[in-house]
Amino acid sequence: MADLRCDFAGIKSPNPFWLASAPPTDKAYNVERAFKAGWGGVVWKTLGEDPPIVNTTSRYGAATVNGQRMVGFTNIELITDRPLAVNLAEIKQVKRDWPDRAMLVSLMVPCEEAPWKKILGAVEDTGADGVELNFGCPHGMSERGMGSAVGQVPEYVEMVTRWCKAMTRMPVFVKLTPNVTNILAPARAAKAGGADAVSLINTVNSIISVDLDRMAPTPTVDGKGSHGGYCGPAVKPIALNLVAQIARDPECSGMAISGIGGIETWRDAAEFITLGSHNVQVCTGVMHYGFKIIDDMVDGLGNWMDGKGFGRISDFHGAAIPNFVDWQDLNINAELVARIDQDKCIKCGLCHIVCEDTAHQAISVTGTGLDRIFGTIDAECVGCNLCAHVCPVENCIEMVPVDNGKPYMNWSQDPRNPSVTAAE
Amino acid sequence: MTDGVDIQAGRLSRAVLAENFADVHVPLDEAGALAEANRCYFCYEAPCIAACPTGIDIPGFIRAIATANLTGAAMTILKENIMGGSCARVCPTEILCQGDCVRNGDGDRPLAIGLLQRHATDHLDRAAPHPFTRAPETGKSVAVVGAGPAGLACAHALARLGHGVTLFEGRAKPGGLNEYGIAAYKVPDDYAREETRFITAIGGIETRYGQALGRDISLARLRNEFDAVFLGLGQGGVRALEVPGAELAGVHNAVDYIAELRQAGDLAALPVGRRIVVIGGGNTAIDIAVQTKRLGADDVTIVYRRGPVQMGATRHEQEFAQTNGVRLKHWLRPVRLEGEGGVGRAVFQGVELGADGALVDTGGEQAIACDMVFKAVGQAFVPLADSGPDLAGGRITVDETGRTSLPDVWAGGDCVAGADLTVQAIQDGKTAAGAIAAYLTNLGS
Repeated sequence: MADLRCDFAGIKSPNPFWLASAPPTDKAYNVERAFKAGWGGVVWKTLGEDPPIVNTTSRYGAATVNGQRMVGFTNIELITDRPLAVNLAEIKQVKRDWPDRAMLVSLMVPCEEAPWKKILGAVEDTGADGVELNFGCPHGMSERGMGSAVGQVPEYVEMVTRWCKAMTRMPVFVKLTPNVTNILAPARAAKAGGADAVSLINTVNSIISVDLDRMAPTPTVDGKGSHGGYCGPAVKPIALNLVAQIARDPECSGMAISGIGGIETWRDAAEFITLGSHNVQVCTGVMHYGFKIIDDMVDGLGNWMDGKGFGRISDFHGAAIPNFVDWQDLNINAELVARIDQDKCIKCGLCHIVCEDTAHQAISVTGTGLDRIFGTIDAECVGCNLCAHVCPVENCIEMVPVDNGKPYMNWSQDPRNPSVTAAE
Repeated sequence: MTDGVDIQAGRLSRAVLAENFADVHVPLDEAGALAEANRCYFCYEAPCIAACPTGIDIPGFIRAIATANLTGAAMTILKENIMGGSCARVCPTEILCQGDCVRNGDGDRPLAIGLLQRHATDHLDRAAPHPFTRAPETGKSVAVVGAGPAGLACAHALARLGHGVTLFEGRAKPGGLNEYGIAAYKVPDDYAREETRFITAIGGIETRYGQALGRDISLARLRNEFDAVFLGLGQGGVRALEVPGAELAGVHNAVDYIAELRQAGDLAALPVGRRIVVIGGGNTAIDIAVQTKRLGADDVTIVYRRGPVQMGATRHEQEFAQTNGVRLKHWLRPVRLEGEGGVGRAVFQGVELGADGALVDTGGEQAIACDMVFKAVGQAFVPLADSGPDLAGGRITVDETGRTSLPDVWAGGDCVAGADLTVQAIQDGKTAAGAIAAYLTNLGS
């Protein structure tokens, strides 16, 4: 069986699955249940200065897509609403009782040295393994100059990170907001400040839906709504890209990455790790199904690794990074064409109508009803994959490589590229 | 030797009868409808649409259910099929829309289109103003004879176009088979009457019930008084069972008994035998068998002269009978009915398919003891006594628009050739209404 143990940025955990700083990690009761269930670590819900913040009701909103609940999720919750001393005492007790699990503590205080110094000292006393600087939350706290308001200013990211590194012996993780134009700016700033790792993504600015009766965004608080932080399976693609951007950036080299964003299965986790995450953090998945999803995450990842011959996480960490390139480096001579398996085809016609209405008019139809036949018009097919994606039958439409005998050529080499011609 | 005939009313308590004759289908609730609607692939030129005789945009109305646009869903159905509510209840969907659902092919079950259609049409507030508006009055008049599905669909479509319709019906109530012929538990709670009220509420339809063609009115007079005539006469006759003993007491036409049952104010007062034999293999055989079982008959047997594949009743209906405790016996030809003072035994001869496809006796008779025998060997169109339109094969001949040999007379439903389905009758009425409207326009003023 594959070894799932995780050791990066100076922190060890029995598996790469941690719970992200969020409601599931707000108090000892939940965290102990998570550890009993098998989670490898937690990032304790963000601590701030006393007096504790006050939350609203309601706090959460969800996007249901074709009956699939919580494909996307949003919240307008703030950081912990419990007194600092209560949290610190619980962190200390839980870490003492569960020494093999990773215990990070998320922190958010104003951008001044004194409050950071004070809280870092307090956290250090708990025996926690590290801290995560919350520069990510896009709602509420950002209006008070914290959270993403810091994460969106690389100079602040670097400054606070540097303070923290100087103030504590604990590893420092910097949690980044995706609500920026270029993720590399805050990531490089964290690196420059000495961060041991970045955690990303925090939630995405969002209005998840509008209540058409109350004429207000949801979740609705006494008739009004505020923008929230979007997460859940729907944000995974955004997170994968931002993680990979940092992982392949030479300037960020040496800084670890804790991947976050829509991770609910071992497969999601494997994808993040291949794109450079050293471990992953989960929140919406457990807020949807409870802590028990860890069973299949651990089991599934191990079985997959066994099947692939990977003995440990580091064996496939970053394995997809060399294949993550800029568009201009793609082989423009590679060709695919759609092939429809007539034995599997159930005659729904979606491949035809989407190609006809919205793509390249490359799928023909002959006959009617359940006797009709759909086929590819090779001369029109550009190999875009749309038909294969809309087809409801798994593996019914295959995108088959065409052997055109042409060598690798990317856009920077292509004579059709006007800038290539100009250079000649 | 026969047992004493045992026919009596009140075999079951009123409470049990009420349960037995309540809605046989559990309607979808909102969550169930949403989940089911989300299973639809929204096929291109969906095969289910082609499989519906009325051509309802099925993926369209299902998508509307999925987006909580129930009014839109109901209107999408009703604009093609004004009786979409009763079709949702009585259509053999397994051989129509659901039979051609592509999800039969992906290892899953087909969409529950019938239940979804019911969900949508039940949503429509029938107390609200009629959702369809009439075109301005044309001054043209059409006589529609027969207030069954064909006649009602035709009348509604013509009224919508602004024509004046007079709807004649021989029976005391409208609805046709939905009122008198379909099993009670498929259209409970006076659904047929309520649907007719909804259909005629569009306006421009004058109803004359208890007016039978050939008895109270003549085709010649209608042709004289109206600009056009539509005949939705159904099949008023039953095929005879030509075996000795068919005249014995206790031997009934299934359709007559079902009509009596449908109109019975008190099912506990309806006499039913302890042991029932049903002869026939169509949906009427299933309906009489299951209804007598649900009235409290102890032992009900359907006897059909061919096999399960040849039965007119769908496989779904056959299984429904079996799960209701009805026994199905095949390859038995009725020979005679016996009994003193009433039928007591039905005697059958074993048969098999001969080389030429005809039935060949296999020797050996078998008798089934019974208190009642129901004949369900098919209905027939009763030709008009006066100079009616041409017939072929015992039914009125029509062209593809439903027009008969008489230039101002159209016909549709069970009195013309074609599938004997409610939904087909509705399409016939709709098609004929279109043709009649075109004819009336060409008539000038």
